[in-house]
This record gives sequence, structure tokens and C-alpha cells, in this order.
Amino acid sequence: MFDALERAFTRAVPVGIDCSLRAERSISESYSARRGVPAPPRRSTSVGAMITVEHGGAIGYAATTDLSEQGLRRALTDALDWAKASTGRMVPGYPASALTGEKGTFDTLEREPWTAVSPSDKIELLLDLSRRLKVDDRINDWGASIAHAQTESLLLTTKGGGVHQNICVVMPAMFATASSGAQTQRRSFGDSKIRQGGFEVLDDMGFSTAPERIAHEALMLIEAQECPSDRMDIIIGPDQMVLQIHESIGHPLELDRILGDERNYAGTSFVTPEMFGTYRYGSNLLNISFDPAEAGEATSYAFDDEGRRARKEYLIKDGVLARPLGSATSQHRANLDGVANARACAWNRPAIDRMANLNLEPGNSKFDDLVAQVERGIYVETNFSWSIDDSRNKFQFGCEWGQMIEDGHLTRVVRNPNYRGISSNFWRSLKGVGDRDSYFVGGASQCGKGEPNQAVRVGHATPACLFADVDVFGGAA
Amino acid sequence: MNFHRHFQDIADRVTALTHGEEISLSNYYAEQSDFLRFNRSAVRQPGSVTDIELTVDLVKGRKRASAATRLTGDRAEDEARVAAIVADARQALGAAPDDPFLLFNSSPQSSEHIAENDLPTRAAAIDAITRAGTGRDMVGIYAAGRTAYGFANSLGQRNWHSADSFNLDWCFYHSADKAVKANYAGFEWRDGEFERIAADAANTLPVLSRTPKTVPPGSYRAYLTPAALAEVWGWLGWGAFGLQTHKTRSTPFLRSIDGADELAKNVSLGENIAAGVAPAFQSDGFLRPDRISLIGHGAYDQCLVSPRSSAEYGVATNGANEAEQPQSLDMAGGELKRGDVLRELGTGVYVSNLWYLNYSDRNNGRLTGLTRFASMWVENGEIVAPLNVMRFDDTIYRMLGSELLGLTSEREMILDTGTYGRRSVDSMRLPGALIGDFRLTL
Repeated sequence: MFDALERAFTRAVPVGIDCSLRAERSISESYSARRGVPAPPRRSTSVGAMITVEHGGAIGYAATTDLSEQGLRRALTDALDWAKASTGRMVPGYPASALTGEKGTFDTLEREPWTAVSPSDKIELLLDLSRRLKVDDRINDWGASIAHAQTESLLLTTKGGGVHQNICVVMPAMFATASSGAQTQRRSFGDSKIRQGGFEVLDDMGFSTAPERIAHEALMLIEAQECPSDRMDIIIGPDQMVLQIHESIGHPLELDRILGDERNYAGTSFVTPEMFGTYRYGSNLLNISFDPAEAGEATSYAFDDEGRRARKEYLIKDGVLARPLGSATSQHRANLDGVANARACAWNRPAIDRMANLNLEPGNSKFDDLVAQVERGIYVETNFSWSIDDSRNKFQFGCEWGQMIEDGHLTRVVRNPNYRGISSNFWRSLKGVGDRDSYFVGGASQCGKGEPNQAVRVGHATPACLFADVDVFGGAA
Repeated sequence: MNFHRHFQDIADRVTALTHGEEISLSNYYAEQSDFLRFNRSAVRQPGSVTDIELTVDLVKGRKRASAATRLTGDRAEDEARVAAIVADARQALGAAPDDPFLLFNSSPQSSEHIAENDLPTRAAAIDAITRAGTGRDMVGIYAAGRTAYGFANSLGQRNWHSADSFNLDWCFYHSADKAVKANYAGFEWRDGEFERIAADAANTLPVLSRTPKTVPPGSYRAYLTPAALAEVWGWLGWGAFGLQTHKTRSTPFLRSIDGADELAKNVSLGENIAAGVAPAFQSDGFLRPDRISLIGHGAYDQCLVSPRSSAEYGVATNGANEAEQPQSLDMAGGELKRGDVLRELGTGVYVSNLWYLNYSDRNNGRLTGLTRFASMWVENGEIVAPLNVMRFDDTIYRMLGSELLGLTSEREMILDTGTYGRRSVDSMRLPGALIGDFRLTL
């Protein structure tokens, strides 16, 4: 669909103007059923483009839905106006140019195209799951949904750059809420279930086989005892590890936070530039990679939204901090090497430093071996609550599911399991990393940041991990 | 571009494409926004966004389907896009099962609100910000321009709400995580008012140069400013006031609805659309009452009821949005004078801002979150030092119930700075709260 746009861009840009155009066409579909009743299906198409002009050492951007040659001319004039007004007033170290001449493509592999399954079949699937979630009168709310987003993007630059990417993401969800007396408990498929691909993602993630387990576990939770409050070893299941990595490694390593851009909103970071290369972030077992090539992960891509070619890099190697999540502009400002992570949530927001696929590399321990190491501890999975300070240091997470570990065995279920710690020393207590058998490829569908605000999808892959001597506690007033 | 005229043309076009027994509901959103992002008193990302979004719901019998697109302002192009999404919605209707919870307003009630105001030019905005930031470390965002909401249906209803507004939200940083948060937002920019707010914020900076105080976990007297209290209500707004969470017993006010606990008698809270800045209509065409009491004298009162919940639970809708979240919260003030806050606090923590709230135990209304920005340690009514970040973990029944010592008589109007997808029109009018025993845990 972008052929006409390429021609319009070429005609609209006067000689001597340095600029880029990032266009996007995103089609989103969602189906859901709650308490056995399907909600109206929804489909949304968003088409637009952002032109960013470089002028006199400054930039300006203008985003528009009007992709005609005339519309692009108006946007270009607008962006140039901003750049002129900002000349001599940009933040220190701003690069003379961020434009690239890279060319290339990327396409998500859909083994079973989303569109090959009819809307009626999608609705029938959800109704079937919904029926299977209602296993008991105490299940008072239940539901399932599937969402799909196809985003086709084009980046053109006056340096000859041309990047065309087509990314498809599938996001299934399911929950059962059980209530009895003063206790209500929710068990879900987890918000971390997101992957690139087609309809096959649902089977790959076990969507169709989950409802009975989810419903029965919700019932177990309302009958369970409160999680005890004590310091103990904790095994964090991979779907909760996703959030642990996201909040207490991903965000603090974002270079724009370290440079202060986010201090008014998302926050700063306890990490400072001089830590890279020497700071012990975690135990020797901790290896964190930025890996845009992990198959099927939510934010795999070949180029970031400013056209930088993406490749795998270690951010933390054998526990030592190696490099930040910093895009080309931030790298120039901080004089640090980074990664290709300039990303925008849509055509109407400028790219900023972001997580993409941020993974904890698998280790050598079988899950049962991790459990066997624990004399008294807890296993937790599926996030319910998350909170962390603006320097990304003091955190508290709550999970849906907790199970005590006693003398090397998983025992009774407990409800409202919470744990808290401090990022700067928590990862040093990592004493066991699961192997490929517990390795889970997921992510988060809504990571908020930026001014103006942006919510993007991110990918995280990780095995289960064991941490020593963590502050664990339960609910009740 | 004249959004109002464009909306009317588009609404007419959708109606013309609505056939036979079909009924169409159109929701229109448009904005022309300037966004100036700055850091260290210098420009980081300056730009503008022109965006027009149209969502069309087609209803036929008990079936409903929705399709959305972006519009351009070009007549021919927009007509083609409107025709395409009406066709999409019509095709989806074919696969959609009957919806027993379908409800939309079928008694047309049209309305119009237009506020055209003077906003600064881009150059003036940059000048004002860089002037205020001279010699200081200033970071934040200036967002300004027109936002417009329209609703139309094929039954003849037309609702329109547009306003020109600005929201300048920033911090003056001292060092590390120590900063003063400030905001200047409204509909008519006045240099003098901005300079007064900036000067007030700057006057707090010297205190932040003192050696910060780290307090051990424990219980403390505390004062929450209106901005801090806004974080509490902002978090609770996600699920505390809707009929659906009430009926499914997943509300954090579970103990209140079971009669096991309640807030202090001086806590009264409502959705006050008449005093807010959000449109007085919602996406199914229902108009909102001027005021809905959510908590009355400490007791859980009414729920926000969306049309869908209305049909599901047999309770009349009060024009709530689909998520049943408040948009214009209004909390009654109390007797405490703002000028007496430090004296009444005595020794304890002055919480200028809270951050990243979530639940420790939702059934029991137990929340956690963190202090932020210019929170202070106070002794004998005097500010002693900036407070190093602390986590709280406490219940709403203690914070705004048994341990609530008073609310300020003065209230602040807080215009939401949110810009996820679009510029927010949410607001809160809140007092500050003095708490006798506030639990800090980490």
C-alpha cells in the first residue's frame, strides 16, 4: 500500500531538506466473551505518517493522517517550523543527524494466517473456552479473548534509506474469578502471553487446554491459606520472571532514563553511565540479552524505527553490566555503545529508547532440581500486582499463584503471595537458572513510557529462576 | 481544519450509508496538538500531531459490530474510508451472535460544547519554558491544542465537545531523584500565572539541597498533598467504582459493600461531570448526570454503570464509559487549613507525590506505592530534610478511615496530563489528607 506514498514523499521533499518519513498501517482485531456472552467484534485500522526534519542541529516532527503529497508537504512545513524554533536549544550532545541509509525488510512468519480462520470460528472457540471455565457456582466471573495486530511500516530517509517491515502479533487472554465469603481470587492465562505469528500461536501457548486448570486453581485459591510472611528462598516462574526482568532490569537500563529524559514521568534510574563495563548487577548466573532475532518473540524485528539494523547484544554478561538499552541518539548523547531500540508506539509518536526482546538466557538447571535445592521457600507464578520506585530500585510484586516448598518438594497452595526487594542487590541473590525446558517466550502488551505517552509491546523470554533469602509476605489488613 | 464541520459531514455520510433495519453509532475524535518535550531546560523532542479517528458501530436487531479508521480531512478520501469501515462492520455483523447485553441510547439528545481559547504560539511556548529553566534543571512536557469529541447516531442524535487547552507539566530537579513537581494547565495561558507557579516551585529547591533523611520502616504521621491523593484515587478508579467489579466481588471496596468496614465520615467523593472538563456524553450516546455520589460520608454509595453492565445486571445506566472509570472526580474538603498543615503534622512525612500504586491485598483494600519528588521529613512543624524514597503498604480503611485526622478545606483542580493515544480530559478536584498512622515498609 506504500507505493504511492513513496512517490508522494519523493515529490514533497524539496532539495536540501534532510528528513525521514515513518508511515504505518496497523489493523487490529479483537474478539472476546465474558460470562458466556460474546462482546461485539472490533476491528480498527490506523494509517498515518510522521515526518521528522533535521535543520541547524535541531529536529522537528509532524504527524498526519493525510498521506497525499499535499498532506506530506504540510507536515514537512510544520516539522521544519519546529526545527527552526528549536535551533540552538536542543539537549546537550544531540547528534547532527540521526538519518540512516539502511535498506531492508522483515516479515513475521505466520504458519497459520490469522485471516484463514473465520470470525465465526474465532467466536465459537471463545464460547467453548468460556463454557469450560464455568466449572463451579463459585466461579462468578470468567472470560476469554483473542486479539491480533498486523502492523506494516515503511521508513524512508533523504539519505536513501528504505525499510519495510510487516509484523503480526497475537495476544490471547483468559481468566476465572472465584468468590466465597470475603474472599475473591482471580486466576488467569497471564498477561505475558504475547507472540509474533499467526493463529498457531494459540496452540503453541496451550490456550485451548488451559480453561479447566485455570478455573480449578481459582477455586483452590479461595480455599487456600494466606501466604506466610518471612524471608525465604523463592522460585519465580517464567511468566512472573517476565515482569521481574522488565521492571528491574529493562527499565533501569534504558539510556534515555539514565540521561534524564523520563524524570518528569516514568522516572530516572539507579544505574549511572560509569557503571557500564564494571558494575556487578547480578550473580555470575545472570546473562541478559537484547535479541531481536528470537523466533516468534513479540518484538522481533530487523531494524528499529529510526532504521538502525538490529542484532543480538548482551546487556549483562556473567552478572556484569555491559551496555544500556540506548538507541543511536542516546548513544551519541552519552558516548556509550547501545542497541537498535528506537521505537514508537504508532505513527503519531516519536521514537524513544525502548525494550524490545529482552531475555534472560537459560541456564543448566532442571525445574525439579531448582525445587530440590530449597529447604523452605515458595514458588510463585503469574503476575497480579507490580510496583517499583522511580529509580527502578525498590520493587514489590504480587502473584496469582503461590505454592510452598518444603524440604525440596512443592507442597500446599497459598494465596496472595507477594515479595519485595531492591533491584541493585536482588539479582545478586540469583542462585539457580532453569534450562530450556522451563524457557518461556512471552512479553508484555502494554509498556507505558514517554512524553507524550506511548504504550508499546515488548518481548521477554526466560526460564524459571531461584533467588535466595527474599522478603515474602501475604495479604490481609 | 474545522473539526466540527468535518464531524457533521462524516456523521451525515455514515447515516446515509446505514441501511434498512440497521442503526449506526459514530464516535469521532480529533486533535491538533503541539508536543514540546524538554530535558535539562533544553528541547528534546518538539513536534505536532494531527489525528482524526472515527469508530462506527452497526446494530441490527440484537447484533452489533464495530470498525474504526483514521480520517484525513480530504472529502473524497474520507468518503472512501467511511464506506470501507461501514462495509467492514456490516460484514462482521454477519458472523456476530446476538448480544443480550446490547444497549444504546435510542432517545436522541443532542448537545454542543465549544471552547475556543487563546494558546501561545510555539515560539512563545519555547521561550517561556527556556526562560523558566534558565539556571535550573527543568524537565517535562508542554502539550497544547484542540481536542474534539463527537457522537452521532442514525436516529438523529448529535453531540459535540471541543476545547482548546494546554498542559505544561514539569519538574525542577535538584539532583538524583530529588525534584519539585509543578504543573500549569488550563484554557487561557497567562505569562504571569505561569511565572508565579514556576517561582513557587523554584523556592522549594533549596530545601532539596539538605542531606536527605532515610527513615526506617514503621508507622508515621503523614500528610498527603492533593497530588499524592490523586494517585490513590487514580489507582482505585481502575475497578473500585464500577458495577461490574461490584457484582463480581472484585472491587477493592469489598469490605465496604459487605458492611465490614467504611471510610471516615468526612470522606465524600463523587463523579462531578458538571465541574470537570470531559464530554457530558459517552460512546453509546447516553448523557451523563451532572453528579454521581460514589462515597457518601464514608460509605460506598452508587456505582458507575455502563450501558453494557446496565443490560447485564438490570440496573439503570448513569452514562459511565465502558471501563466504568470516573473521569471527573470531586472529593469534599474538610476543616484543616492548608497553612496549618505542617503544624498539625508535627513530626512525620510530608508526601508531595506518590507513585506506582498497586494492590498488596485487593480484597482488603490494601495498597502499596512509593513516595516521590519533594516528599519531606518534618519535625515539630518544620521541614527538616528531603525524604529518601519509601514504600508504603496500608489499607484505604486506615488511610482514609480510622487514621484520617483531617482534610484540607482548600482543594486543588488537577487536570490529567495523560497522552496515551490521545490527550486526556480527565480531572480531579481534591483536598489534602492528614493521616495519623501511615505504614512505611521498605
